[in-house]
Amino acid sequence: MRKDILSLMERNAKLTADEIAVRLGVSEADVRDEIARMEKEQIICGYNTLINWDRADSEFLTALIEVKVTPSRGQGFNRIAERIYRFDEVKAVYLMSGGYDLTVIIEGQSIKDIAYFVSDKLSPLESVLSTATHFVLKKYKDHGVVLNERGGDDERMIVSP
Amino acid sequence: MRSFVAQTIRDLPPSGIRRFFDVAATMKDVVSLGTGEPDFATPWHIREEAIFTLERRRTTYGANAGMMELRREIARYMSKYGLEYDAETQVLVSVGASEDIDVAMRAILNPGDEVLLVEPCFVAYKPCVLMAGGVPVTIPTSADNDFRVTAADIEARLTSKTKAVLLSYPCNPTGATLERTEIESIAALLRERDLVVISDEIYSELTYGGEPHVSIASLPGMAEKTIVINGFSKAFAMTGWRLGFACGPADLIAAMVKIHQYILMCAPIIAQYAGVEALRNGAASVEAMRKEYDGRRRFMLNGLREMGIDCFEAKGAFYLFPSIKRFGMSSEKFCDRLLHEARLAVVPGTAFGASGEGYVRCCYAYSIDSIREALSRLRGFIQSI
Repeated sequence: MRKDILSLMERNAKLTADEIAVRLGVSEADVRDEIARMEKEQIICGYNTLINWDRADSEFLTALIEVKVTPSRGQGFNRIAERIYRFDEVKAVYLMSGGYDLTVIIEGQSIKDIAYFVSDKLSPLESVLSTATHFVLKKYKDHGVVLNERGGDDERMIVSP
Repeated sequence: MRSFVAQTIRDLPPSGIRRFFDVAATMKDVVSLGTGEPDFATPWHIREEAIFTLERRRTTYGANAGMMELRREIARYMSKYGLEYDAETQVLVSVGASEDIDVAMRAILNPGDEVLLVEPCFVAYKPCVLMAGGVPVTIPTSADNDFRVTAADIEARLTSKTKAVLLSYPCNPTGATLERTEIESIAALLRERDLVVISDEIYSELTYGGEPHVSIASLPGMAEKTIVINGFSKAFAMTGWRLGFACGPADLIAAMVKIHQYILMCAPIIAQYAGVEALRNGAASVEAMRKEYDGRRRFMLNGLREMGIDCFEAKGAFYLFPSIKRFGMSSEKFCDRLLHEARLAVVPGTAFGASGEGYVRCCYAYSIDSIREALSRLRGFIQSI
């Protein structure tokens, strides 16, 4: 049941326990309990709204920063990662395999915001060796959702055999 | 002036669905549960393969029976139902499962041969039998037995003229499925009889509640006398591609290929390449869609029952077949009024045979939001009558 609940909620966090219960053929109370348990176990870590800010008429900029760092003894990359992810403007931090160590995704309202973060906060950190900042020009698809796509019109015939 | 239309065609009853569609199509703001196809688009990896096929200029005719590569994939795919076919001689790639019905009938029927049909059933069965010169003998089923045909029902109608028994489970329009034990008793009845079983299993991937589909051809002694019909339309959401297939005894498939080659040459080649991709890499998409249908099935069943409508729990295809008997109207009248007064299109059960009287077909291949709106219109309508 866990996996079924999660796969429904992953696509639509607004589903009520009652709706999930009906669709899975289980009791509402069971769904409610299971969700509460998964929140407690931090399997469900939060509920976000996927927003296309471009349409909300607000200035918004996303950048992806490749960061090379020196891992610290005993702590590996965790220590420097924490120093970075504590900043509010940092939306995601991933440890990578390959040519660099950390991917940092940051959101700001202007290039100035992001430049300030990179030059004044990120680069001066002692274990940061280098950074490469890439600005996102356009988001086509985010979190499995195609942005700017017209709602799916039903082109099927009204009645068919 | 005299009509030049052949007598057989003149005598074919007009499709109940077509008549209803003509009315519904002219109306505005109609919410529909009337379709017979998935709401999903064909999975992108399959569409992408078709585009690639065009880019490679693969736009020619192909082998009559279908591309060997696809026939091999079909033979391999059928093994999931415990069926073994020789790709070379026992598989026909068709222009949709509907073609298989027609071609199978023409391949086996002599004038006057009887074909048993379990009703309510897909609209094309009876006309296909008639056009092939056969005599359709209908076996009515009802909600009392969850629209399942029994061996006794079949036995009661077997005569010396019975040439074929056409089974179609999971069933359009009822959503009914047969359990293994029921199929076993039907097989036990038909095994020694001198007839052909035609098993339309186009909804084989869409069963719910954990009981996997059982093909009657997989039971001992049945493959030798069974033509299994299946296709890509429902499971892979590929209705518009027109791609199906039939598997069976080599002599019957050869006869079907003979007809198919004269009327169609071959199935569309682009669709065939897409079909190869679907069978090789489409299982995950099929399962994801099946799961989604299952949720909607429960949602709709729950909604119907909450408003006091009597409906058996169908465990196959993507249809529910609720009873509207307590409203004291014929199916056609009910659907007509529902369409005009509540702008909701469902299909009268009688479009699928006389035993569909008192029922309507509701398809749940719609988004949950559409189903919710449809249920709310239905609720409003039944409160107003």
